[in-house]
Amino acid sequence: MRKSHPVRRAVLATAATVSGIVLLLSLKPASDPGSAAAAGGAAPPAAAQSPQGGAQAMGDGTVTGAAARTQYGAVQVRLTVSGGKITRAEAVQAPKGGRSDRITSHAVPQLNQAAVSAQSAEIDAVSGATYTSAGYRQSLQSALDRAGG
Amino acid sequence: MADTVTEPSEAPATVRHTDETMGTVFSLDVRGGVPAVVRAALEEAVAGLHRVDEVFSTYREDSQMSRLARGELTVGECDPEVAEVLELAAEAERISDGWFSPRYRGRLDPTGIVKGWATERAARRLAEAGATGVSVNGGGDVQLLGAPGADRPWRVGVSDPLRPGGLAAVVSAAGADQLAVATSGTAERGDHIVDPRTGRSAVTDLVAVTVVAPRLTWADCWATAAFAMGSREGSRWLESLPDVEGLLITAGDEVRCTGGLAARLG
Repeated sequence: MRKSHPVRRAVLATAATVSGIVLLLSLKPASDPGSAAAAGGAAPPAAAQSPQGGAQAMGDGTVTGAAARTQYGAVQVRLTVSGGKITRAEAVQAPKGGRSDRITSHAVPQLNQAAVSAQSAEIDAVSGATYTSAGYRQSLQSALDRAGG
Repeated sequence: MADTVTEPSEAPATVRHTDETMGTVFSLDVRGGVPAVVRAALEEAVAGLHRVDEVFSTYREDSQMSRLARGELTVGECDPEVAEVLELAAEAERISDGWFSPRYRGRLDPTGIVKGWATERAARRLAEAGATGVSVNGGGDVQLLGAPGADRPWRVGVSDPLRPGGLAAVVSAAGADQLAVATSGTAERGDHIVDPRTGRSAVTDLVAVTVVAPRLTWADCWATAAFAMGSREGSRWLESLPDVEGLLITAGDEVRCTGGLAARLG
């Protein structure tokens, strides 16, 4: 019952946050796959998905982030942006095997459904563990503030 | 960082502002009311946040809170808000059976309640000035009042702590004239939640706890307390509180919700 477990998760979360955030901030039109891949740094290149409609100020379309390695396996997220808002966030890759698999297969779809179902998750604010001033600039809340939506 | 954007033409009028204080960033989104009046209230609300930082910061040696903790001031000599916050913190400690504590390493430190309380107060100031919809996000803890428009409620995404950039859920304020969403977790600031019984980082199986309740002052405290308790005890305790719902996510990606949370999702 040492605290090593949560600490490790925190480190992982931080590491994963970096890639996730980079992905978030690279929400450029999906017709520009290079931007997302470049932002992913040394991570595997991000695959740009087909655009949905014309690119607007914030860039509509979907973008897939680089896979982040966690102790349970690789996690990769795909975001869909529409009208300057993130309307869908889904795990395209989630840990497999054993207990992890069972949990993933239940928890992820259920919550994703909750997050995404009603009117495309049009959100006004984001609640999460307190961000620092530096962290804010890479946060989803910051993206919302800039989108003015 | 102090950008204010006013969007004309659309009714109700929208005024947005972001402001850096208390080591984080506040995002204010205000709808309706008379724009000039709302903007004046916004300035006042933001000044209030900075004043709170000045008075309560434990990082400032000369703040009233630091001087109070060192015994150089009495509560009576401090701004009246100090007594107010200390009373609220004592109540939070009592209701949480000591899991929320206004002390850190034996020293007076109500930091855990200050930000939520200040965020809620800023939101109420804006509503009192005639705004019909107010959303104030204090570094990840949100107080909502009214609605952004006649036809839609405020909606708050809950960050998924294990899938950065993703949302674990979306909370809707439909049908509520006041609603707060507060999240405690390890994701951004590392292990900053201390088990008041041991004085060390809380040993918990959780990576995040989100609490939904009418007032942010309490939602923030309950999220912190439930986080320190761990998933089993934390969810049971949140379930026992009236008008409080919780979403608890463990390091193993297991999710626990209180019974009434589903009614708030969407």
